[in-house]
Amino acid sequence: MTTLDIERRPEIAKVSEAERARLLKIWETRPGLAGFLSTVDHKEIGLRYIVTAFIFLILGGAEALVMRVQLARPEQSLLTPEQYNQLFSMHGMTMIFLYALPVLSGFSNYLWPLLLGARDMAFPRLNAFSYWIYVAAGIFMYAGFSIGAGPNDGWFNYVPYASRQFNPGMNMDFYALGMIFLGISTSVGAANFIVTVLRTRAPGMSINRLPILIWGTLTASAANILVVPAVSLAFFLLWMDRQFGTHFFDVANGGQPLLWQHLFWIFGHPWVYAIVLPAMGMVSDGLPVFCRRPIVGYTPVALSTVATMVLGFGVWVHHMFATGMPNLALSFFSGASIVIAVPSAVAVFAWLATIWSGRPVITTAFLFFASMVALFVIGGVSGFMTGSLPVDWQLTDTYFVVAHLHYVLIGINVFPVVGALYFWFPKFTGRMLDERLGQLNFWTMFVGFNVAFLPMHLTGLWGMPRRVYTYPEGMGWDWLNLITSAGSFLFALGVLLLIVNIAVSLRRGKFAGANPWDAPTLEWAVPSPPPPYNFDVIPHVASRHPLWEDRLEESEARTSLTEGYLLDHGRETIGTTPMDGDIDLILKMPEDSYAPFALTVAVAAFFVALLLHWWWLAAAGGLLTVGAIMVWLWPEHDLGQTADAGHD
Amino acid sequence: MRRIERLFRTLYFAVPAVLWSVTPLQCALADFPVSYLHGNGSKAYPVVSLTWGLLAISFIVIVIVGALLTWGIIAKRARARDIAATPVGRSGGGTQWLIWGTGISTVALFGSLVWTVAVLADINGPPSKPTVTIEITGQQWWWRARYLSDDVSRIVTTANEIHIPAGQPVRIKLIGADVIHSFWVPALTGKTDTIPGQTNTMWLEADKPGIYRGPCTEYCGAQHAHMTAFVVADPPDVFKAWWDGQIAPASAPADEQEARGQVGFVFHCGACHTVRGTEAGGTVAPELTHLMTRKTIAAGTLDNIPSNLAGWIANPQGVKPGTNMPAPGLSGQEVADITAYLETLR
Repeated sequence: MTTLDIERRPEIAKVSEAERARLLKIWETRPGLAGFLSTVDHKEIGLRYIVTAFIFLILGGAEALVMRVQLARPEQSLLTPEQYNQLFSMHGMTMIFLYALPVLSGFSNYLWPLLLGARDMAFPRLNAFSYWIYVAAGIFMYAGFSIGAGPNDGWFNYVPYASRQFNPGMNMDFYALGMIFLGISTSVGAANFIVTVLRTRAPGMSINRLPILIWGTLTASAANILVVPAVSLAFFLLWMDRQFGTHFFDVANGGQPLLWQHLFWIFGHPWVYAIVLPAMGMVSDGLPVFCRRPIVGYTPVALSTVATMVLGFGVWVHHMFATGMPNLALSFFSGASIVIAVPSAVAVFAWLATIWSGRPVITTAFLFFASMVALFVIGGVSGFMTGSLPVDWQLTDTYFVVAHLHYVLIGINVFPVVGALYFWFPKFTGRMLDERLGQLNFWTMFVGFNVAFLPMHLTGLWGMPRRVYTYPEGMGWDWLNLITSAGSFLFALGVLLLIVNIAVSLRRGKFAGANPWDAPTLEWAVPSPPPPYNFDVIPHVASRHPLWEDRLEESEARTSLTEGYLLDHGRETIGTTPMDGDIDLILKMPEDSYAPFALTVAVAAFFVALLLHWWWLAAAGGLLTVGAIMVWLWPEHDLGQTADAGHD
Repeated sequence: MRRIERLFRTLYFAVPAVLWSVTPLQCALADFPVSYLHGNGSKAYPVVSLTWGLLAISFIVIVIVGALLTWGIIAKRARARDIAATPVGRSGGGTQWLIWGTGISTVALFGSLVWTVAVLADINGPPSKPTVTIEITGQQWWWRARYLSDDVSRIVTTANEIHIPAGQPVRIKLIGADVIHSFWVPALTGKTDTIPGQTNTMWLEADKPGIYRGPCTEYCGAQHAHMTAFVVADPPDVFKAWWDGQIAPASAPADEQEARGQVGFVFHCGACHTVRGTEAGGTVAPELTHLMTRKTIAAGTLDNIPSNLAGWIANPQGVKPGTNMPAPGLSGQEVADITAYLETLR
């Protein structure tokens, strides 16, 4: 076969065993190190994302526990101020950048093609690249921390404290370059999600049939594309100020400290929504399965996801209420910050209605999803309080905000993620997580979390400032801090139970079968774990709940799972139209490739060189980067990229 | 409009009044010097009411949703543990939840927004013309306070303890010297940042005499934890006497040790600190002409008693690691002399 056949009409068929073996041969990744470095399988990449993010979660958690020992009693000196300041900065940076988004990217990477009825993400090699860059950037920033040069100005990194004058070490250079580095991963990952949802859905998967998780990740990805450039630019300007004496933030030469804050929070606040909306999507998809009914108000919930993000672009100044901007300007942002609670209310009442009009089956996953509703409300109302300008002038930069943001990030990210792990672990591995250990796991985490963070609201209302390495006696904070420290260790024990459960169940868990929860969406139609090619044939989707159609009886049409487009001329999936999901073309998918890994090594060399001012290595890294991109993009006949391919 | 305004005014004062009438709570709150659940001035009262009001709304929301959630799970839970045995269906009625839930939430949110804007309008400016203007500079890691006056001879600088006349609004100009700090006195006013390159203005008022504590609340480096300002509200005549006292230069040493201490102070400390009436004229560190009128040293880190003073002079890095005050390498005798001299700075 010298020419391609992309203009052929794909055959509609059922799959025989022989054809399954053929598909396996086409899609299988080689075993061993070669496969490890070159795979572009979205499931492999998704799992790596999840595992890596959990490693960072544990690192960030360990940092938090050390801080909680220091803060358990007043006037302790376990840590020096510099150690404490690096710890709280690393903790924030790790949790927000290296755990919260990557873990959601991991689930979405694994699940999206399965949910959409595709064989891989739109750009499989870009997907691998996004993961490798994430790991490299994480290692880069932790390398700084391990030699005592971690960020020490908080994750928000305000200037002028971050400038060379006040922060002469390499701490800020590691952080600034590391964030620009990580931004590459986030941006390409977001682009991949957007194109995947627009082009690779199975025929019939119109946008009103997308699972809410897809809406969440799509919305978050669109936001990331828009806001990550702001923060990458901010860190680049800071690095220029520090290394070459430019004056973007240099007050003595007309620079503006508030420029940093605007650039950072224009990114920072939408990012907060980016790391909760996909997790809310997990709850919107997972909770109804255990309530044995479709979610109440699919359309309002999907639209509220998008509405939250749109409003989320107009609230960043609420991080800057105390900067002395005019009250009239601030009051608009105050209004927006209060109004943004309306779409959240839609989601909360949709979940409540789903429980009330369903028959909840109480499993560990259900408990994590349902408890998220309560934690979300607590984090939501404390957020609404900080949105009120005069109240925020009191609340801001006290422990009230620390309590608030942990209810948001643990309540709306960690709890749904652990729930999602209980829910989808059988799909990932073919085995169930242990339910009894799971319930113990849930209650330990739930009680530990609330013991740690509910009293912290009071610590804040009684005036304890954030980011202090110690505090005096007699302020009324002593016993509250002791309770918080105790609770944080209980919470950590809960996370440990989760890890034990995973370790035990990987070997001894019950076999799951394809659909252990009797759930309605496409990922449950394939074996657990799914084969490398995901689907025998590309399914034809007829409703929002393909596997519940016979029971919901909403229409005559039925989703076809066993008979569909048989795409077996090399790696292929179907391309469909953005809105209606009508069949459009055959997408040729790339083979496994070392290019993403090689490009990552080249880019990493470039960033290390910038850090150390090894300009010859920077030049070499730059050339290698260009070379790796050229190898990657070199037209391939098999992908239909050469001139002869299209003309049979 | 007027009626709405009256309604809000009633709300402002009703909530704290009710709480205040509960004496145990009043006692309890007195133990929390930086709490913002109670306040002591015309700028603080409306905000305290709003804070309690929003807390109440938040609490009610949490209780309602928490109850609906728990009750729903218990009441509706499937008997069977086996998920596949529980039938799937789409029972109706759910949309009502969305309409009512979102509707009521929106009303509550809108009401809170109106209340917020009303409070904002109320505290936007002082009720009468401020009698005193103080320029406060946030520095790593202490507060400089400069009392401004049209009469140049009355301009005076002090540090960390900011005296104001009780019952009168005071204008505060905030300047950043190095990095960003935030000035906050919870019982009197919310936060405003001190940002290098810009001057922020705000006002505050204490309606009765007292000492009001204010920790720095923008992260500013190693000793962010030890950067406390105290606003000392005096009766107006006491305040005037204090200001007059601050204008006076330091008195001369009375005995030989104090004289030795003065020489040592000028030599070791004078490049950074000022004591008016001596050759010590440095301006990068706190002005010390009337050091002994202050209750604490090192921005609230230690009580201002001789033993603490001596310890601080001998080893500042041990007390406040990272502080800009270097270890001067003094002998024991020098520490004793300088401490004795500092004790004369009343």
